[in-house]
Amino acid sequence: MTDAAVYGWMAEFQDASALRDAVRQLRAAGYSHVEAYSPFPVDGVADTLQPPTFNPVAWLVLLGALMGFFGALLLQWYASVLAYPLNIAGRPLASWPAFLPAALEMTFLFAAIFGAVGMLVLARMLQLYHAAFNVERFAAASRDGFFVLVRRDDPQCANGGQSVHALLVQASALAVSEVAA
Amino acid sequence: MPAGTLLLPLPRLTPMLAAHATPAGITDAVCDIVLQPAARRWWWMALGVALALTGLLAASIFWLLYRGVGIWGLNIPVAWSFAIANYVWWIAIGMGGTFISGALYLTGSDWRAAINRYAEAMTLFAVCVSGLFPILHLGRPWFFYWLFPYPDTMNVWPQWRSSLFWDFTAILAYLLFSAMYWYCGLIPDLATLRDRARSRRRQVFYGLLALGWRGEARQWRQLQRLMLLLAALAVPLVFSVHSMVALDFSEAILPGWHSTLFPPFFVAGALHSGFAMVLLLSLCLRAGFGLHDMITARHVDNMARLLLATSLVMAYCYAAEIFTAFYGGDAGEIATTQARFTGAYAWVYWSTWVCNIAAVQVLWWPRMRRSVPVLLAVAVLILVGMWLERFMLIVTGLYQGVVPSSWGMFYPTFWDLATLAGSVGLFMLLFLLFVRWLPMLSMHELRRLAAKRARHAAGEEAG
Repeated sequence: MTDAAVYGWMAEFQDASALRDAVRQLRAAGYSHVEAYSPFPVDGVADTLQPPTFNPVAWLVLLGALMGFFGALLLQWYASVLAYPLNIAGRPLASWPAFLPAALEMTFLFAAIFGAVGMLVLARMLQLYHAAFNVERFAAASRDGFFVLVRRDDPQCANGGQSVHALLVQASALAVSEVAA
Repeated sequence: MPAGTLLLPLPRLTPMLAAHATPAGITDAVCDIVLQPAARRWWWMALGVALALTGLLAASIFWLLYRGVGIWGLNIPVAWSFAIANYVWWIAIGMGGTFISGALYLTGSDWRAAINRYAEAMTLFAVCVSGLFPILHLGRPWFFYWLFPYPDTMNVWPQWRSSLFWDFTAILAYLLFSAMYWYCGLIPDLATLRDRARSRRRQVFYGLLALGWRGEARQWRQLQRLMLLLAALAVPLVFSVHSMVALDFSEAILPGWHSTLFPPFFVAGALHSGFAMVLLLSLCLRAGFGLHDMITARHVDNMARLLLATSLVMAYCYAAEIFTAFYGGDAGEIATTQARFTGAYAWVYWSTWVCNIAAVQVLWWPRMRRSVPVLLAVAVLILVGMWLERFMLIVTGLYQGVVPSSWGMFYPTFWDLATLAGSVGLFMLLFLLFVRWLPMLSMHELRRLAAKRARHAAGEEAG
């Protein structure tokens, strides 16, 4: 396989703790273009790959909640005060307590929409093709397999991946394979 | 049926997940139900019943659109009856699914993993079915979109100060929220089906649904963050949505309806009927698909205890309703309460006490919580009792107004009963298709639980 046709190197590990150790060793050796795959979330792996600085999903949910709440209030205020004012026995047009129930429900709805759409984007979903799928064994990642992928564009892989291969084997990988691009 | 299947093992001796369940074994067991379905005669028979009842619903709706709401038994003074009782009953059943999933997520309970998926699916289908009824009840259902605030040429807006509009926003928010909550949790399991499907059509079908999930550590992190936030939103959402349903009643100045007790009372009733439906479905799925390793006697025991707790809350609400009527001293409230005790619909009133509260008390005996026939009977009685409760609240609030000139009885017609039976059929149909095409248990959460158990077991041996 030529260099251009190689996406990276994938190694399979026995269990969750072996995966965690392997990711730690790769990070300690200076590798940065590393992905880890597991059939369930493994504590500590994502934090090793990318330290949790802030939680963008939470801020998106908050933004959605505020937009839903104030947007619903604004719509009701606009319709009741500007678009179609109805004077019924001099009662106030902007009767905001009666506008709160609908605003509350829209708070929940928009918070969830922002969160769900934000998650899809932040988790780099909706990408139906990925080079990792070219590895036959990779189907086990959604059953009971634990995998690490080191991309070829990692600066540490300049020598063609011999050192990463050695490091993965040393980290007790069950098997290491080349990933076609 | 062998005797062993009618009596569950002792819950305290049963682990939350069978000791021999491994991540791979769980995945294979759940996937095989979808990808290599055994010929299950009961599934086809249930599908036949569901299709027949759904056909009845379609015929009822067609006849309703053709002739109008006059085909139902409602009239003045009882202008709300089956349609609104059905609506409240179905949306309430949905509440139980969201609450059990969200609250157990927030408390970090292990027993959530096996039940949350089908509980959420139940919610989604129950909300879909419930949403039909307010629309069909409108008189001119084809104008239901007038409920939605949009700038139209008539320059008319919805009545923002009406509880009916609040309720519309609540149903809309709840339907979309439960769909997103259910689907986001489903994505990793859809990817599992994609990876295990053998035929190209199924690979493409589940591959598209899985939206490119790869199980990357960073994907798991974002999904976990989102699910935590959605669970934290789901619990107050349940309370708010069913409070809006209750406000449909308590905003009206009718004796028996005009009460500040209604929102919490309705939420309690919603959880009661929702938990009963989750228990009923758990027992059916467990027996029908042999999921004894994952839906264990512990789960069933916990759900039975939850029902016991909600039945006590219900008893408190029923008692508080009577107490406030007499303590408040309003003649109309007292007359309505007395009419419930001894009036034309007294049999419905006392049935709600028997079905929702008295019958559930057998669950105090641990042996009863292990007996499948007893649990099935209690769950069905609660579902019937909660329907009767909504019917009772609606009809007794309307049939004897404060002036005798506005008194009148309600008698259901064939089409009332056909629409109710048809709605059960539609729910069954949706649920049967769900268990056939989608993973009914949350495989990734069960895998995680199995791995955690294995780690603890290894730690105990080493230590």
